[in-house]
Amino acid sequence: MLTAVLLFLPLAAALLLLFVKGAAARALAFGASLVEFALAAFVAFDFKAHGSAAYNLDYNWIPSAGINFHLGLDGLSLLLVLLTTFLVPLILLSAFKRDFDNPSTFYALVLFMQTGLIGVFTSLDAFLFYFFWEVALIPIYFLAGAWGGERRVAVTLKFFLYTVVGSLLMLAGFVYLYLQTGPAAGSLAQHSSELTAFYNLKLSASEQSWLFWLIFAAFAVKMPIFPFHTWQPDTYTEAPAPATMLLSGIMLKMGIYGTMRWLLPVVPLGVSQWQKPVIVLSVIGIIYGAIIAIRQRDVKRLIAYSSLSHVGLMAAGVFSLTQIGLQGAVIQMLAHGVNVVGMFFIADAIERRTGTRFIPDLGGLTRRTPILSVCFLVMLLSTVALPLTGGFVGEFLLLAGVYQYNAWVGAVAGLTIIFSAVYLLRMFQRVMLGPDSSFSETITDLTGGELLILVPLIALVFWLGLFPGSFLHISEPAVTNILALVGR
Amino acid sequence: MTSIILLSVFGILNLFLGFLRSNKVLLPGAMLLLLAVFGANYADWNVVHAPYFNNMLVVDNYTVAFTGIVLLTTILLLPFSRSYVTSGEPNLAEYYALLLFSLVGAIMMIGYDHLLMLFVGIEILSISMYVLAGSSKRDSRSNEAALKYFLMGAFATGILLFGIALLYGATGTFALSQLATAVAAPANASLQPMLYIGILMMIIGIGFKVSAAPFHFWTPDVYEGTPTFFTAFMSTVVKTAGFAAFLKLLAVALPAAQGFWMPTIQAMCALTLLLGNVGAAAQSNTKRMLAYSSVSHAGYLLIGLVASKGILTGDAASAIFFYSLAYSIATVAAFGVLKLVTDHRQNDSYAGLNGLGKTNPLLAFVMTVAMLSLAGIPLTGGFFGKFFLLAAAVGQGYIGLVVFAVIMSMVGLYYYLRPLIAMYMQPAPDDATSVPVDGIQAVTLVVLAVLTIVLGIAPGFVSGIL
Repeated sequence: MLTAVLLFLPLAAALLLLFVKGAAARALAFGASLVEFALAAFVAFDFKAHGSAAYNLDYNWIPSAGINFHLGLDGLSLLLVLLTTFLVPLILLSAFKRDFDNPSTFYALVLFMQTGLIGVFTSLDAFLFYFFWEVALIPIYFLAGAWGGERRVAVTLKFFLYTVVGSLLMLAGFVYLYLQTGPAAGSLAQHSSELTAFYNLKLSASEQSWLFWLIFAAFAVKMPIFPFHTWQPDTYTEAPAPATMLLSGIMLKMGIYGTMRWLLPVVPLGVSQWQKPVIVLSVIGIIYGAIIAIRQRDVKRLIAYSSLSHVGLMAAGVFSLTQIGLQGAVIQMLAHGVNVVGMFFIADAIERRTGTRFIPDLGGLTRRTPILSVCFLVMLLSTVALPLTGGFVGEFLLLAGVYQYNAWVGAVAGLTIIFSAVYLLRMFQRVMLGPDSSFSETITDLTGGELLILVPLIALVFWLGLFPGSFLHISEPAVTNILALVGR
Repeated sequence: MTSIILLSVFGILNLFLGFLRSNKVLLPGAMLLLLAVFGANYADWNVVHAPYFNNMLVVDNYTVAFTGIVLLTTILLLPFSRSYVTSGEPNLAEYYALLLFSLVGAIMMIGYDHLLMLFVGIEILSISMYVLAGSSKRDSRSNEAALKYFLMGAFATGILLFGIALLYGATGTFALSQLATAVAAPANASLQPMLYIGILMMIIGIGFKVSAAPFHFWTPDVYEGTPTFFTAFMSTVVKTAGFAAFLKLLAVALPAAQGFWMPTIQAMCALTLLLGNVGAAAQSNTKRMLAYSSVSHAGYLLIGLVASKGILTGDAASAIFFYSLAYSIATVAAFGVLKLVTDHRQNDSYAGLNGLGKTNPLLAFVMTVAMLSLAGIPLTGGFFGKFFLLAAAVGQGYIGLVVFAVIMSMVGLYYYLRPLIAMYMQPAPDDATSVPVDGIQAVTLVVLAVLTIVLGIAPGFVSGIL
């Protein structure tokens, strides 16, 4: 029941928003997202960490085909639901700062997307998962396309086609798996699309080999993994800041989550066959993203490439198939979500004040903006994985996982920390410090409203860094469970 | 059967209503009549009727289900003829009467159990459509469309009739069930070539009516020239009835000749998917895009025929039913919005939709839902339509065809997004004013959008009913 409320509350608010305008729309959107977060927090406190899913909601959706509306939360789902419900109110707050057409439709789409995301993170039925996977895509397409920058039309079209092609391949894989299943107990249909039914399939290694790529296509595009990433920098740059935050902060995690829940345990033999190529691709992505980030002169693009580099490490950690690597990916999903949202928010704050995000035009901003500089630095250092921050815990565990898989790969992947220190600190130096620019005297510091967004983010950065155990123990049984299924 | 009688009577009644010289009565009148027919049709669900007219027509659940689609489509389409009412179109009563008569033809095509009944049904439907295609008398494009449609259509009907005659020559019967036996156990082996030529000719004739490649070439020109209101009718009712007839022919009369028609239909299917989707991607005119899109949807429905493997009930038939329903509703919505917009802006290219999201959020939203449904994106009926069809085909082992269809639906995404880009991401022209939409049209548009979404969220209530 609680799961259903968690899923449909944002949708209901989104529908209401179509009839509400102005300040009332803001209040409604923000209020709904706060209630949603409170609900998720309540679930988190109530949650008993064990391997199987709690808060099940099982409803016979399409009886003739054996497709169920089956939702449930295990530790992994719970953490991602928490991340989503934590970030959406902040993203909405950041949208309130901006001035654009049709704001209530914008908020409605953000909340609609939240429903899609929570659906993705809680679905326990393959077709339901696919359904929500696409439901999450539609609003972000409109958010990026209708409110984006100058080149939005071509860029969002590319984004949409990439992701849909990926997810259609995944659907094809799911249909094949579905047709291999037998009927579920007490069901009239011949097949079942339940997650557990997929787990119980006995498929040959050659079948799993190509199924792996069909299903992984969707996740690889969404993360994105090199060489499926070409939509990502453009889309992150052209989309309006709140949409970029949704894309990078939450949507990217759909790919990692999907890999952990719907790929590793479903086609374990395919995974072991393709483990090495995927890790190599991930590591290439780490280095490639980092090198390109060094060359960027646009703040938003630089963060986009940095995100590409970091997600490569997460993918490598997941595919190391070690407990520590997967746990690292879980904690890094949270830390990266917080970091990247904070970074994009600060980039947007600077752009709103100066009208540019071109690095050579900026410089010497820090004198008038001490608070902004501190916040920026915290977010940046967490992204660089400085100890005490969430980024450190995540990357440390991930690297440990990759190292366990192969020391050499681990060493190369470890370059991510050095590289990100290079490009991020260089950016900080040239934007905030350095010689004065035309904006040095006129720029204003963060307002109270903006701090309202950054303070929770910073708090979570330190919470993740100082007490990672409070999150790790939630996901531990779920991760153990996944690895047990992979190793069978 | 009641629906056929009622429609015929109401058609004549409508002609008399024309004497009132008051177009205001006609639209609500026709809608009420159709609602009554819809109710009468629904009353036949799960009722066993003896065949009518010496076993020439059967009313079973198959007939009732597909009749329901064509009636529902027409009811939802009628409000968009509102501009004829306000402009004082002198022949409106005749148009409505022709629509009702053509529905009689459609129902006969769905319920036939005898090839002559099929032929008569196709002719009733087609002749009405020839007239309606040319209904915009002073528009040369409409005249061209009518002439093209008539010449090509008459030719195709001729081929169909020739096919029926050859089939009769080879088997000695017109009745579907007897045909099935005669095809399964041929009395005279030397007549086999005649049988196969007959089957091929019938496939060509019906393939023309449902605009399946390579017999689709008339579609873009005719759809473009025909007044939008009737184009919508053509691409929904004619296609639905045509596929119901096609499936019945293959599944009831010719399952034994599967070895012959299966490769033919498969080739047509792949070709239709290719030409429809690639053709649609090359268009810059919304109406022509929708014409090619209707060709491509014929391709998806042909997958259903392949997957049916000559069985009239079960997964494939249910999938064809669901797909036709979702497709019809989305197409009516798309053409309805297009008609309202082009009537106002006089521009049926993609640019004519520019900035509609600002000037008319409702129209833009309904168009969005329609496009997403036609593209087969989840949350809409079109997704489950494709899903059921492709799953049925995969279940029968036609993996190659399904992979091809999925690739083609990726092409489809490209052109279905273009109206959305125009509506939401392009600025409205400076002199753009909001498109006038009256109450009943607004309600119908909302109903169309809601139906599409309901089919996309809770498909259970109509899936798997056959």
